[in-house]
Amino acid sequence: MAVNKTVQSEIWVFAEQRQEELAEVGLELLGKALELAHPAGWKVASVLVSHSLENGLCEQLLSFGADEVLVADHPLLSSYCSQTYAKILEKLIREYNPEVFLLGATAMGSDLGARLAAKLRTGLSAHCIGLELSSEKKLLSVVPGWGGNLLARVYSPHTQPQMATVMPGVFDMPKEKKVNGRIVPVDVDLKPENVTYQILEIRREAVQEHALEKAEVVIAGGWGIGSKEDWEWVENLSEALNGIVGATRPPVDEGWAKENQMIGQSGRTIHPKLYIGVGISGQMHHMVGIKGGELIVAINQDPQAPIFELCDLGLVGDFREIIPNLIRALKKYSQSEQECPGPGCDWIGGLSPLKP
Amino acid sequence: MRIIVCLKPVPDPKHWSRLALDPETKTLIREGIPSMINPLDRKALEAALQLREKEGGEVITMSMAPSSTMPVLREGLAMGADLSILLSDLAFAGSDALATSYIMATAIRKLTPYDLILCGDQTLDGSTSLVSAQIAEFLDIPNLMHVSAIKAQSSRVFHVRSQIEHGYMLVEIKTPMVLSVAKEINEPRYITLMNILEGEEKEIRIWSSRDLSLSEPWVGLKGSPSQMADLFMPEVKRKAEILQGDPLEMARTLADRLHRTGYC
Repeated sequence: MAVNKTVQSEIWVFAEQRQEELAEVGLELLGKALELAHPAGWKVASVLVSHSLENGLCEQLLSFGADEVLVADHPLLSSYCSQTYAKILEKLIREYNPEVFLLGATAMGSDLGARLAAKLRTGLSAHCIGLELSSEKKLLSVVPGWGGNLLARVYSPHTQPQMATVMPGVFDMPKEKKVNGRIVPVDVDLKPENVTYQILEIRREAVQEHALEKAEVVIAGGWGIGSKEDWEWVENLSEALNGIVGATRPPVDEGWAKENQMIGQSGRTIHPKLYIGVGISGQMHHMVGIKGGELIVAINQDPQAPIFELCDLGLVGDFREIIPNLIRALKKYSQSEQECPGPGCDWIGGLSPLKP
Repeated sequence: MRIIVCLKPVPDPKHWSRLALDPETKTLIREGIPSMINPLDRKALEAALQLREKEGGEVITMSMAPSSTMPVLREGLAMGADLSILLSDLAFAGSDALATSYIMATAIRKLTPYDLILCGDQTLDGSTSLVSAQIAEFLDIPNLMHVSAIKAQSSRVFHVRSQIEHGYMLVEIKTPMVLSVAKEINEPRYITLMNILEGEEKEIRIWSSRDLSLSEPWVGLKGSPSQMADLFMPEVKRKAEILQGDPLEMARTLADRLHRTGYC
């Protein structure tokens, strides 16, 4: 392990870990940071706050391209406490003065970033969906503007470091590559009284991780669905297309959909091949989350809804009339495919060029 | 125990979205849009009232807002808060999350000894979710976010459930502390006519910058490091081929299109 303790990196990325498992967003941000830093002649450090170096996390970070991995290792850092983690990071940042400090907009990253920014009296752009580096090497963070069809670039030109929390899933995972970076252990000075709360228990469901993020077909519903009963139409259509159900914020607030189904600025960012938005007006908060979709279809009663400018194909009408007909039409295709005895009979069910 | 609840008056989103859709202006007009208590702050207040019922003590709401939002603060008093404090001063205008947290923390320090500060996890309008943790930092006390349950173990020790990705953590934490609540925590109580009348009797105390020992460069626009560089149109415009008319016809066209591109 390297003994040279001079840190050279200008962009630092918090390598979030819980129970010795790295959060993907920390790696996504590492990839983006490398992309921003290298043309500017900067280096990137992953910052790992943890205990026990034997778990291979440092090596993992190096393999994803970090120029440096700063490791704060101490028994009192084995589980997260916002005050302790912020204290350690504040000391490091004051010592080495990075230009930029990035975190994931996760439960931990949002909390830690906020405390750290207050300690350092610097600006933090929260829940970003894009990052740029200006020609003056200022960090520009992209956040959706209030309600309108606009995005805002936010920055903190006069304070350092420039901080941002970024939504998980916005950037792609970096590819693993050859290891050139080095590990830099840093001094940690902590007393038991610095740990101001104790985590007694962590419970996490074994969920289908990133189901929405990885889905090829997403059917999303919005405020226009109107009721829990009618929400079933969204689910039925999703079932017919073998998709995953997503939502905008109002259906989540109304209890028709779950929090983890929310797509957009404060939810998930998705890249499906097919997206159908039902009863969704097209607020930018939601639309930024589906930017990466291939075919965007909208069904809405209101011909003025902004989503009709932001989709590939728009159907103006009542979803209660369109969806049942759509499901019936889709079934016709899938049934005729089931009747097909095997390859070589592609003339059944509209697959033939004879049937346009 | 003394519980302080941070209440933010925000524009009512029902009206908000309708105005945002206005085809003529294409912008959000705030004037004339009724204010309401930020929904998660209302849940923070409900949690405070439930704790007061169990543990005794007082509940004080604190808001930083223009004085025109007083009717919204009355609603907090009608729900059952004992006192409302409004931080209002032209010098506060333009404060970002950092400056707001600093002003709020300074005002809260005036209410020492406090035990618990409750906030909502995020607000409908800004939704930076920074203020609760930053208030805690300025007061140098512990904090937890995404709180979905609170239980007093003794007068100073609490067990708190805090939501994390795909689950939660159970935390033992001591007062004084700051908790910001998630939507799962409770359903706020209804306000009766009687409550409204009781609320009218209670005090809204207004504090300006003169009532607080603030360091001037950290307040308002000057004290706000975050700036907007520019606004731009995102590249989300698409082909926008629009179908209208018979639902059956449209459904068939779409099904056909999906079939041809291989979705069914």
